[in-house]
Amino acid sequence: MISSRSGRIAFRNARLIDPANGLDVKGGLLVENGRIADIGPRLFNDAEPGDPEVINCHGLVLAPGLIDARVFTGEPGAEHRESLESASAAAAAGGVTSMIVMPNTDPVIDEPSLVDFLLRRAAATARVRVLPCAALTRGLLGETMTEIGLLQEAGAVAFTDGDRSIANARVLRRAMSYAATFNALVISHAEDPELVKDTSATEGEFATRLGLPAAPAMAEVLMVERDIRLAELTGARLHIGQVSTRASLEVIAAAKARGLPITCGVSAHHLMLNELDVGAYLTFRKVRPPLRAEADRAAMIEGVASGVIDVIVSSHEPQGADTKRQPFASAAAGTVGLETLLPAALSLVHGGQSLPHVLSALTAAPARIFGLAGGTLSKGAAADLVLLDEGEPFVVDAEQLASRAHNTAFDGHRFQGRAVRTFVGGECVFERAAN
Amino acid sequence: MRATQMIPRGFHHWRDISFGSSQIVPNWVARSPAGHDNCVYDPLPHSTSPLISPTLMTSPSAAPILPSKHLLGIEGLSPFDVTALLDLAETYVVQGRATDKKTALLRGRTLINLFFEASTRTQSSFELAGKRLGADVLNMSVKTSSVSKGETLIDTASTLNAMRPDILVVRHQDAGAALLLSQKLDCSVINAGDGAHEHPTQALLDALTIRRRLGGFENLVVAICGDVLHSRVARSNLHLLSMMGARVRLVAPRTLLPADAERFGVEIHTDMKTGLAGADIVMMLRLQLERMSGAFVPSAREYFRFYGLDRAKLAYAKPGALVMHPGPMNRGVEIASDIADDVQVSLISEQVEMGVAIRMAILDALSRGLS
Repeated sequence: MISSRSGRIAFRNARLIDPANGLDVKGGLLVENGRIADIGPRLFNDAEPGDPEVINCHGLVLAPGLIDARVFTGEPGAEHRESLESASAAAAAGGVTSMIVMPNTDPVIDEPSLVDFLLRRAAATARVRVLPCAALTRGLLGETMTEIGLLQEAGAVAFTDGDRSIANARVLRRAMSYAATFNALVISHAEDPELVKDTSATEGEFATRLGLPAAPAMAEVLMVERDIRLAELTGARLHIGQVSTRASLEVIAAAKARGLPITCGVSAHHLMLNELDVGAYLTFRKVRPPLRAEADRAAMIEGVASGVIDVIVSSHEPQGADTKRQPFASAAAGTVGLETLLPAALSLVHGGQSLPHVLSALTAAPARIFGLAGGTLSKGAAADLVLLDEGEPFVVDAEQLASRAHNTAFDGHRFQGRAVRTFVGGECVFERAAN
Repeated sequence: MRATQMIPRGFHHWRDISFGSSQIVPNWVARSPAGHDNCVYDPLPHSTSPLISPTLMTSPSAAPILPSKHLLGIEGLSPFDVTALLDLAETYVVQGRATDKKTALLRGRTLINLFFEASTRTQSSFELAGKRLGADVLNMSVKTSSVSKGETLIDTASTLNAMRPDILVVRHQDAGAALLLSQKLDCSVINAGDGAHEHPTQALLDALTIRRRLGGFENLVVAICGDVLHSRVARSNLHLLSMMGARVRLVAPRTLLPADAERFGVEIHTDMKTGLAGADIVMMLRLQLERMSGAFVPSAREYFRFYGLDRAKLAYAKPGALVMHPGPMNRGVEIASDIADDVQVSLISEQVEMGVAIRMAILDALSRGLS
């Protein structure tokens, strides 16, 4: 459904923020043929442009559309939870113009023809760009590598087993080594599969009090360490999809200091919530990895500030009431997040971090890591844009989410700031109704 | 001018040899500025070897041309050894094309082929080579021997030793097996492949094939492509070709490249386009079936797409580049059929013919060191 329209759109009176170019100025932006034709502080200052469509931004922030680097959908195989279409509606409402989707579907995206299928379905139904990741091992079984070269040619932007760790170091070593041949990005999920098996919380006083089966937080850093060592051995580019503990950040910071091509992401919920938020067994806050201690949450916020954490992701994972309305240990993990990604990130800005820096973790950084052309307001770039109001307060209402699944960890949460309008290829895909 | 000035680097175990027969004179002698074709070399102080019997020394045509009574690998040979073997093999190419292919050089000698791994061309090539030189040849395959009943390699060696063979040709799945046997047997041992270590006779037959087509090795660009990690052919070839002055490249996905391969003085490429650019020779390696189902390479179709030699990829090489393959080939995996069968570019059949000739030369050369 994304089509580059030939019309011109003139944005005036905006605060233009383009982290990729270090730009933060008041000014205007011109879209032509779906691309950014001009941008500058004096553009449309003096005279009202004579264009058919003029958008007066009234000083709101106009930034590159967000790139969410970790999205699970239900298509193919579980469209009743979320289709590419419904996920893209949620994305548009959240200011997300590109979704990097995980291969954990049914069937698993481990064949070039399935990447092709996904791209065709996205082109036919999705409002935002869909960039598929392919599985790193066939069937996500952690045993044999996929056809990384052919999958890359078909359009896969990275290789990962999604929310599964590859237990066998020999398999991962060879898969990384093969991926390095094609300079392909490998995304790992850092949880030791045996340590976290059949657990649903972080080991500690709170889990003990609730009587929940729990895994030690160091189940994460164990895998972070291993995966970084294997990346160093093989020369692979490694992105750790989600980190949630201070110990992981220390290891990643050390790897970056050694000059290794290692990057990592943090989910919005690990920035906003800690283990105590599970409260009285709130299954909508059951996520993987589980919510951590407050010290770890605080470390995540520091990690974004210092740049050790490269990207902020939603880890959008739709679940139905059938899988969530269960006793905590039996309930499915995951939270939807496309619509709350930007508000959660903006809370860091309200906490003192700079807006361009935080937006960088949602635009320029994922574009750089995944080798995407977007994530910038440079002239000639696709006009994927978000117009956002960083100060608007609102309360999350799970029932009002555009997402087909309503399992948000943030139901009732008070946020400040969200997307007002979203454009993909110069076309408006979302406009918030006036209250 | 003293001919010792022509001795290249890395040369350290030549012996004093009188060349009386032009057919075994290495071609560097013919190029000697002094114009001698009967010169005597004594470049090193430790030039007398117990392996050379006085009897042999008196017979110029039977002068030894290898540094040891065994041929265990290319490492350990000098450029002169290689040149001498290739020169000698030329005469056996002629003999192999004659109506009467048989001589009595090894009459009375016993050659045992001991193959712990399946082989068609190497084993039959040694068998033919031995028979054409008049030796008695015994083929022992593992299936019919007591090795399959649990006998250790050393016990097998003792048993064979008691049968007093003169030359043992051995192929074994473990690196170092040929060396071990050479230490336990009294006869000459020829390594016909030990694990992923060496396959010297393959490298020598490849060298003979290349030299006959292109005249020499100096500055030739040779791209060795495919499963280098598991390949003894690749190791022997890179030693030999580098030693002879060729520029060797290894081209493979990273999963099939051995660690620190660049330390061997070769160029490493993971892309056929850059790896083949300007190559004179494209040497393809066999990819074992069990290695293309996910452990090292995800699938045969992906391997062929990125590393299989087809017309498009061959076009990256120098115009007129020649293609080699040690066999047996996986058509449609590492090489397209139309290239394998194109006599204009493929040297594959010629490699097999040269295989018999070089093995006759090796048997001849080693038998000179036997008492």
